[in-house]
Amino acid sequence: MRESIIMKIHYGTALGAVALVAVHILFRITMMDYTESLQYENVLANYQFIPYAIMLELILVLLSVHGFNGLRVILLELKQGRSYERAVTYGCIAAMAVLIAYGSRTILMASMGMA
Amino acid sequence: MAQEVSSTEISSSNVITLKIAKYNPEHDEEAKFAEFKVPYERWTTVLDAILDVKKHLDHSVAVRYSCRQASCGSCGMMINGRPRLACFTKISEIKSDVITVEPMKNYPIVRDLVVDLSTLISKHRKVVPYMVRDDSEITSPTKEFSQTPEQLEEYIQFANCIKCGLCNSACPTMATDSSFLGPQALAQAYRYVADSRDKGKDKRLKVIDESHGIWRCHFAGSCSQVCPKGVDPAMGIQLLRGYLLGFRK
Repeated sequence: MRESIIMKIHYGTALGAVALVAVHILFRITMMDYTESLQYENVLANYQFIPYAIMLELILVLLSVHGFNGLRVILLELKQGRSYERAVTYGCIAAMAVLIAYGSRTILMASMGMA
Repeated sequence: MAQEVSSTEISSSNVITLKIAKYNPEHDEEAKFAEFKVPYERWTTVLDAILDVKKHLDHSVAVRYSCRQASCGSCGMMINGRPRLACFTKISEIKSDVITVEPMKNYPIVRDLVVDLSTLISKHRKVVPYMVRDDSEITSPTKEFSQTPEQLEEYIQFANCIKCGLCNSACPTMATDSSFLGPQALAQAYRYVADSRDKGKDKRLKVIDESHGIWRCHFAGSCSQVCPKGVDPAMGIQLLRGYLLGFRK
């Protein structure tokens, strides 16, 4: 994949994450008191409200893609070499996939009432 | 090292201490500074002072220079921690009693103040720094590729680059990423991409759109601050990004 496409994804995920996290924070401070929103039952209720769970899943994906690409860029600038760069690229993709899978599992289980 | 005083006639009362980094990678582990007392006038440049030392005090000082008028780009070095052309920097403008000269950062050192610029040249070559066209101005019938003043304005400041390498020396990304194309090559890529007579845009954009290409610029802007010819590589890089992001055609 060309670097310009990766960077368009990088910028796009940043903008998307900022927008959705802003919605998330607005929900937290407008629906109820902030400390109250962190109570176990209220957190679970968020996951069980499907549109909200989808938004959380989107935030997870956007932040994971953006964060791990950022980490890849930092690591590429720290050291160079063909095998190192390949290891960094595939390592970051793998770590991103694991994080998304684990986070999605949490969201899925909580939304299905299995938590 | 012992302090020495220039044997030249001191015609004025102004004397500075010139500290020159001495390093030969073949047998030195690290650079050592040799100190010299050098007389100077209002118009004396750092290069003049170094050549004075070389002529009268220490013949072994290695320095690269040629035109002495900021046209050839040979005498780039760190002067009091900032990349500058020695021939274009007057001692009187530095406003310090001590002037420390070191080789440019981000380049392998050949000896003392001389660095190996082959990476600069190879990265410059990579961006196809010439007009790409099927025809030429000498193709029969002879014709000129005329441009409007506005078309010229798009790139003309970038044509002032003298390949001195000061921008690459000041670049913080180049300090860690040796594969990064660097501000000099990227600014030259923009110079040709923005030229209305050129047809090699796609070729050039492909070269810069790689993992160590244009996207590694953090826009620190230090390249533009140190350019002795008033080129603004940081702006060129941002404008070039516009082509890759689809804002410019």
